[in-house]
Amino acid sequence: MLRIACPLCGERDYTEFRYGGDADKRRPLHGTADLKAWDDYVFVFDNPKGPHREFWQHVVGCRQWLILERDTATNAVGVCELARALANAREDSRR
Amino acid sequence: MQPKRSSRYSALSLARHAFSGAPWPRAWRSAEPKPSYDVVIIGGGGHGLATAFYLAVNHGITNVAVLERTYIGSGNVGRNTTIVRSNYVLDGNTQFFDHSLRLWEGLSHSLNFNVMLSQRGQIVLGHSPLQLDVLARKGNIMRLNGIDAELLDRKQVMDLLPYLDYSSETRFPIWGGLLQRRAGTARHDAVAWGYARAADAHGVDIIDQCEVKGILVQGGRVSGVETSRGRILAGRVGISVAGHSSHVAAMAGLRLPIESHLLQAFVSEPIKPFLDHVLSFGAEFFYISQSDKGGLVFGGHIDGFNSYTQRGQFPKVQSVAESAVALMPSISRLRLLRHWAGIQDMTPDGSPFICRTPIRNLYLNAGWCYQGFKATPAAGWCFAHTIARDEEHALNRCYSLDRFERGLELDEDGVGNWTYKQ
Repeated sequence: MLRIACPLCGERDYTEFRYGGDADKRRPLHGTADLKAWDDYVFVFDNPKGPHREFWQHVVGCRQWLILERDTATNAVGVCELARALANAREDSRR
Repeated sequence: MQPKRSSRYSALSLARHAFSGAPWPRAWRSAEPKPSYDVVIIGGGGHGLATAFYLAVNHGITNVAVLERTYIGSGNVGRNTTIVRSNYVLDGNTQFFDHSLRLWEGLSHSLNFNVMLSQRGQIVLGHSPLQLDVLARKGNIMRLNGIDAELLDRKQVMDLLPYLDYSSETRFPIWGGLLQRRAGTARHDAVAWGYARAADAHGVDIIDQCEVKGILVQGGRVSGVETSRGRILAGRVGISVAGHSSHVAAMAGLRLPIESHLLQAFVSEPIKPFLDHVLSFGAEFFYISQSDKGGLVFGGHIDGFNSYTQRGQFPKVQSVAESAVALMPSISRLRLLRHWAGIQDMTPDGSPFICRTPIRNLYLNAGWCYQGFKATPAAGWCFAHTIARDEEHALNRCYSLDRFERGLELDEDGVGNWTYKQ
């Protein structure tokens, strides 16, 4: 069983969480006219066999969005942190 | 010295071997890689072997190598739920998968190898009047395309499948179903072995224990591959490695609309003949049939997050077993003999790719989602055409790599890699 250590609630079965995909993708800014950028964001994946940073939401716990490091070749998990910090940093970089 | 290659299989050769007791000769040569080929196919699964076979038979291209990282039949072709059918709705899928089923119907003769096609019929159940309307529409589309389909009411389903839960307490009452009689199952290992043997007989080199480590690209054009057994030059290269498509395509600098997910399948202990058809639950994603050895073979949805581990998660075992028992309470005490997880290419719209790529002379057959096995003959047939002619056949034009950016998604069931967004 994949177990995820939520920074707020502690370690839980992955069934308490909802998977949210690759966390290293950057959504194009609203108003971006280049459709290729949107196609890339929505449809294309690096899909690495190895280390992967990904979103999970603790839907039946604190409902926070998290960023988990997981190796897709072994399912070994690394650091799990709140996604909020990253989201704020990205917002700042766009201002 | 190479052992003598097997001659044509027949009732006579069977009788001769039975009396002589001599071991059967190898079904195909163990080939050493040559320095160069007209076509190199990466991936010795069902699709790769079928591609080599149709390159030789349909296009006269026999200077072909099929490279397999481990051994023939070790991938998804040897570990699936063996269902073949062509009950699709969308133009493109409908024609492609019926072409595949028609190839299945003649495959044992084409290959001189019994693939044990069993057209036992597949029934998709409907659990509400609305779902029966949807199935009626599906059946009408199939019939308009010349594919057999029969809409069954509750009484007809009860006659055919007396062992389902028809009680008033059941959560998903059965209102009817859609039957495709030409659908059924095939012996998956035999498909790999049959295509390998037939391709080999046409001169194709099947090279196992040969891992591709790099794809040589010069000036936007592919020129060969680096492998664990040395460099092999090639005029054209086809990638047919579902599960690891992103991994191999990345060697040529390509990023794909694919995520690798785990799909689990299950086999129960063997029991006496019980389930005569292939059966699909309409209330959940669940499909089941009974193998010739007596085991119930069944599966469900993907695990729900990308992984290459080939180890399924337990909660999915539980939910698939719950579907099985909801449908057929009588099997609740059966034990699982084995279960496994295969790595599966999942695309955003649930449809595959059989196409050229942005790199000249590099071709892609990938993204098979839940449907790789039933597609094997047509995928090989179309991929061979695409490689030989350097253009897609009408049957696989819909499976292009750039269909998302052109707004031409082919979303049959809403079962792409978006499971986590549902």
